[in-house]
Amino acid sequence: MAILVVAAHDGKTVRANVANAVAAASHMGSDVHVLVAGSNAGDAAKSAAAIQGVAKVLQAEDAAYANWLAEDIAPLVVKLAPNYSHVVMAADSVGKNIAPRVAALLDVAQVSEAIQVVSPDTFVRPIYAGNAMATVQSSDKIKVVTIRPTNFKAVAGSGSAAIEQIGGAGASGLSSFVGAELSKSERPELTSAKIVVSGGRGLASGENFKMLETLADKLGAGLGASRAAVDAGYVPNDYQVGQTGKVVAPDLYIAIGISGAIQHLAGMKDSKTIVAINKDEEAPIFQVADYGIVGDLFQIVPELTAAVDKK
Amino acid sequence: MKVLVAVKRVIDYNVKIRVKADNTGVETANVKMSMNPFDEIAVEEALRMKEKGIATEVIAFSAGPAQCQETIRTALAMGADRGILVQTDVELQPLAVAKLMKAVVDKEQPGLVIVGKQAIDDDSNQTGQMLAALLGWSQGTFANKLHVADGSAEVKREVDGGLENIKIKLPAVITTDLRLNEPRYASLPNIMKAKKKPIDVLAPDALGVDVAPRIKTLKVEEPPKRKAGIKVKTVAELVDKLRNEAGVI
Repeated sequence: MAILVVAAHDGKTVRANVANAVAAASHMGSDVHVLVAGSNAGDAAKSAAAIQGVAKVLQAEDAAYANWLAEDIAPLVVKLAPNYSHVVMAADSVGKNIAPRVAALLDVAQVSEAIQVVSPDTFVRPIYAGNAMATVQSSDKIKVVTIRPTNFKAVAGSGSAAIEQIGGAGASGLSSFVGAELSKSERPELTSAKIVVSGGRGLASGENFKMLETLADKLGAGLGASRAAVDAGYVPNDYQVGQTGKVVAPDLYIAIGISGAIQHLAGMKDSKTIVAINKDEEAPIFQVADYGIVGDLFQIVPELTAAVDKK
Repeated sequence: MKVLVAVKRVIDYNVKIRVKADNTGVETANVKMSMNPFDEIAVEEALRMKEKGIATEVIAFSAGPAQCQETIRTALAMGADRGILVQTDVELQPLAVAKLMKAVVDKEQPGLVIVGKQAIDDDSNQTGQMLAALLGWSQGTFANKLHVADGSAEVKREVDGGLENIKIKLPAVITTDLRLNEPRYASLPNIMKAKKKPIDVLAPDALGVDVAPRIKTLKVEEPPKRKAGIKVKTVAELVDKLRNEAGVI
């Protein structure tokens, strides 16, 4: 049976992590379909059709799908699900919101944040903030799975899948979208950036994050933060890297003034190279860092910014 | 309006967990247990609604072994009015908990259910959404701010790109994110008072719910360990390593 990947998109293109979800889905079966629901989602559907490994795109047009409300999207997915062995979504804020609603309506369990597909019914997923890895087997007829995008490399190449128009299921009337307050940034998106510069409580103020912005811009890096920095109001919530924030796995992660609480490590320890800058040489972050510097970040960061400048 | 909150008993967030030697799970014997931190936020939000006169009664729900009574007592000490425990030694998965909660909701008819967005043990992030689905209710997940008035709720949600505002019809299920509030500590007099508050204990059978797990855990293992690297003395040395050893800049 085929696999259904439910894609989030911005109206123009599907999110980059849809390619990761398709890569994960291709380990569950060979026939991967992508559902693109939206209002004027034609361009997004085309972008899904161009992902390597996609056999078919289902485009569902309905004004109700414009803002990705779970109450409206879930019934559509539920209607399609009986034709599929798996329903797959990326474990981002859209997938986490919608997938469990779909699973419950289908009366099946959900596997959250799979990091490996062992076989079509068996998955590895982190528990306890990644301090243990559970191999789990689902006995349900339809398997609803969210996948952690950083663990599934998008398949290279491009495809040209057919796009099939399907009807919408209408609005539930339960929920309505009022507006969004999105962080505006020219920097690379945190979860797909090759380099991430992240700040913690050691920065001591939101004002001091400017220093990290300069460094991030020099490196072409995304900007992240620890929970402590977000809770203290230095930066917005969408900067948070960790168990309950974003999971990142860049080539280079620079942790600045971050002590390395378990829940933060859960969000970044799969990074290829980790650098830690911290004045406390006992900070747990040094236990996972490839390169550490013990010292005053207010001295080291400007020095580092200047040093990466002159190649 | 009654508000139902769910509280889960989990290994305390400060405990460094250990994987069992036989790889069947995580060691829980003689380990400090506490209320899931996200559920504390749920309890706090419900209590604030009661203090504002929006909620009339706050009911704390839990499911699991008899010791979950302690977790409910914590909620009662914070200020919840009474507790309901569905007691079972069967491993409960999110779908089963959502079904148990639905049965309780059908009986108690709360106007709002507030749960933590995820539990810090299994990190599933499912129960609230599943409960909303089973009830046919709206859902306000990952709430950063909640405003309830006139049969609806305005929910500010933490999403990938920042914040999102939605308006949902009541009754509804809310799941809490970290910035919704800062939970209070229970005072000693309130801890004493909580001992006299009632807790109903029910069995899953009495609610007509099949709680058998749908997902089988085949094994639980330690994650691959990262080797600690080296400490460098100077920024110049760091940049040299990043450029020539790691090749990442």
